Parts: sequence; C-alpha cells; structure tokens
Amino acid sequence: MKYTKYITSAAGLLGLGAILVACTPAPTMKTGYDYAIPETQAMQDDDFSNPAFVWVDIGEEQWSTVDGEAGKSCESCHGDASSMKGISTSYPKYSAEDGKMRTLQHQINYERTERMKAKAWKWEGDEMLGMASFIKNQSKGMPLNVSIEGEAAPFYEAGKAFYMQRRGGLDMSCKNCHMDYPGVKIRANVLTNGLPNGFPTYRLKWQKIGSLHRRFRGCNSNIRATPYKQGSDEYTNLELFLTHRANGVAVETPAVRN
Amino acid sequence: MANKPRVKVPKKAKSGDIIQIKTLMSHKMETGNRKDKKTGKLIPRKIINKFVCSFKGKEVMSAVLHPAVAANPYLAFYAKATESGTFDFEWTEDGGKTITASGDITVS
Amino acid sequence: MSKDTFNTVAIGRREVLKSVGFGALALAGTSLGSSNAQATPEEATKYLSEMTGGAAAKEGKVTVKLPEIAENGSTVPITISIDSPMTDSDYVKSVHVVAEGNPNPEVVSFNLSPAMGKAEVSTRMRLGKTQNVRAVAIMSDGSVYSGLKQVKVTIGGCGG
Repeated sequence: MKYTKYITSAAGLLGLGAILVACTPAPTMKTGYDYAIPETQAMQDDDFSNPAFVWVDIGEEQWSTVDGEAGKSCESCHGDASSMKGISTSYPKYSAEDGKMRTLQHQINYERTERMKAKAWKWEGDEMLGMASFIKNQSKGMPLNVSIEGEAAPFYEAGKAFYMQRRGGLDMSCKNCHMDYPGVKIRANVLTNGLPNGFPTYRLKWQKIGSLHRRFRGCNSNIRATPYKQGSDEYTNLELFLTHRANGVAVETPAVRN
Repeated sequence: MANKPRVKVPKKAKSGDIIQIKTLMSHKMETGNRKDKKTGKLIPRKIINKFVCSFKGKEVMSAVLHPAVAANPYLAFYAKATESGTFDFEWTEDGGKTITASGDITVS
Repeated sequence: MSKDTFNTVAIGRREVLKSVGFGALALAGTSLGSSNAQATPEEATKYLSEMTGGAAAKEGKVTVKLPEIAENGSTVPITISIDSPMTDSDYVKSVHVVAEGNPNPEVVSFNLSPAMGKAEVSTRMRLGKTQNVRAVAIMSDGSVYSGLKQVKVTIGGCGG
C-alpha cells in the first residue's frame, strides 16, 4: 500500500493540516434533510411516521436476542442499549487487529462472529440494517466525531483520493457534485453535500431502509462506473472521508430521503 | 421479512377528545406489475388488501387497499375518545393471512 | 485499491451540464410497471361511478392534500379531509381515492364512521407520473362530493 508515505514525510503532515482546515465543515453545513421537501421532512420528524423505525424495532429486538455458540446477546455484555449513546459517532474507526478501518457494520459482525460465535449478518439484510440503525439512533442529535489521526490517516487519504477521482462513463468525481454544486439541480433532483449522518436511511425510492454503501453503489452506477462491494476497503475509506467531512453534524439516523 | 405492525394510540385522553391513531405495517406491497429482473416473469401480486380498526368490537374505520398504496402501508386517522378500552387493528394480506395489533386508551 | 490518483481540478459549470445532458441520467421511473397501459380520466370516472352507484358528485367539501411536487413517485404522502360534523345523523360513509395516470385508477377506499369524530385520513401512495388524484366522499344522506389535486412527479436525477 502506497499511503504510508503520507504519514512518514513532513510534507505529508503539513498537507494533512491543510486538509483538516479545508474539510472541517462549518456548523451550518446543510444535510439532505435541509434539501428535502416539507412532506419528507415531516415523515422523518415523527418517529412514528418514519417507516425506518420498523428496522429500528428489529434492531431493538435483536439487541437482547441470544445467538451463536457463546450463548450471548448484545445485552449480555453491553447491558441496556443506552450504553451505545455516542459510540457510533466515532466510526469508521481504526482496528489494529484488522490493520484497517472498521465501519459500525463491520464492528457489529466482528462482535457477532468473535464474541457471540454467531453467523455474520448480510451487509444489506434486515437484521444488520436494523441493528446499525438502532445503535446509531442511540446517538441521534450528537455530532459526528471521527478521528483521522495516527493510524487512520492513510485511510483518510485513500478515501479522499477516491472522492476526488473522476471515474465512469460520465468521468465525474464525488466532488464534482457534492462539494462543488450542493443545492444545484441535477435534472429533477437537488444535489446535496452528500453527508453520511442519516444512514442507514429510509429512501422513498428504495421503499425500504438501506446502507450508506448501497447509496455509494447507486451513485457510482449513475455515473456509469463499476460499483464496489458493500463493506469493501474502497467504500469504507470513502465513508471515513465523508464522515470526517461531516464532523460536527448531528446524527439523524434513521433519516428519510427521496 | 416478517410483517410487523406498529400502532400509536394515545395512552390517555379526556372524554370527547378527538385523538389521532397512526398505524404502519411493514410490507412490500408487491403490485403484480413488476418483472423479475433475472427471469423476466411477472412477480405475483401480494399486498395488504384490507385494514380494520375497531373499538370494543365496533368498527371505527376500515380501508380497502390497492397496489397503488406505497410499501409499508401507513394509515393515520382519528377517533373520538368516549370511554377507556382497547383499539384492535387487523391487516389482511392477499391469500387471507391476517396480522393483528392493539392499543389501550384510558379516558377520564 | 484502485488507481486513486489525486484530481482536484475544479469542474466547470458548463462541463457538468454537458455531461449531465449527454449522460442522460434517466431512470426507469418508479416501481410501477412500465409495460402496463395507463389509466385514463375516463376509466377513473367509470370506477368512481361504480363506487357511488352512479350518483353525480358535486365539487367541494373534500380536500386532497398532496405535495405540489413529489420527490419520488413511490411514496407520496396524501391526506384527505372532508367537511363534515361526523355526528350519528350527519357523517361521511366512505371515501374513494383514484389516480388518473396510474396503471390502475383505484388507490384506496376508506369506510368512515361517526366514532371517528373527524373526517380526515392519511396514507402514502404510489404515483407513476404527474397526474390528478381525485377523492370522492359519499355522505350519510347519499350526497356525493369530490375533490381534486394535481401532483407533479419528478423522474430522473440522482436516483441511485
């Protein structure tokens, strides 16, 4: 991997400082919620109207469900789910064991396979999306706060490079829309800052909840680029970059978007 | 996914109050118009076609749903609080399967 | 990792517009089948007259609330409210909702009762395209009232 050079050279550190200044958002950074029509906002505002809570309920149920050979549930070790308050805001997080970043969904499956000795959940399955949205919902309203220092730095750089890289038949980068033109219409839709603070999100188009990486795949397909897999290193590093860009923005999970 | 109902009935109300009831059922509401991307065959229709809300055995509101109702059908409506009791909710799926839920209210 | 080389060159507005125009990020519309023939206002009227037993509907008393522009046709919130005291002697018996531009006109029918106290119901519907949505209410005295709302459905953009 090439990115080790960034942390070893003084120039790299200076560059990192510049990026920190450039990419730390103003507190007023608009989220997808701000660009949504009032009817969609209303659907998100009321926990009962919000159809994503079907999955939050699934997560809540799974929290105390014993699974796997270790005979444990999440609750066995973590107690009440309120112990998860604030936890998700620092993901993706560096794992020394993996030698790379873990998203919250990676961490959930790590806990399942290593601690519970249970089967890993599918990335886009109802249980996984339920658990991820249930845990993130414990931090609703709290600011995102990921670290890109130390071991995380090269992964942040990789994520940033992915974000800036033009790709696909339309030869567009993430930046071309989400950094350069938020608030501008692309055909019938309004471009947003592309923030991750509401995921897993209930999309009206999907008619169900979905992961941030599913959204990445949709974005990549739209610009005629080959999408990466959900949970891939590429998307995990991109999630780190996006989350850092949104540091300070409040968690909305589970959001409702068009 | 198992079809899970969510209902919201106010726990307390004063006699004569108009209360709002909200219900949501997790369901794909398969229209019967969609084709399987792999086989090219039509995916058979499977929707929630009926909803009934009753209070102490008496119907308050019922609805007949068609495929044009969105996935995870949401229904919100009102009821006049007259006495304490239980609201019963029943959803019927194509094929006859029913799913039920209930919510209690205390009226003072 | 793929070839993640740095590229911070700002893209011009014209370039974005050009690529979007050529790229035609058109999506296949909504989940409603595209192979089906669309309903027509006549079909919708025919269906409604079956529901009302042929009684002529008067405009008024029925308000259909929908977004002016729906962000996505697959989940559009709709509220129908009817001007009625909802007493045992004067109430709304039923409300029928039709969409004139969907594959089939019928959307949902509600049977109301005086126990509701207020004649207002909300749900979420699917709309295949920009069209009129009509709600027809049958009152306890047999009179029939109708309300209409046009809703624009946006297709295309970054559906993903």
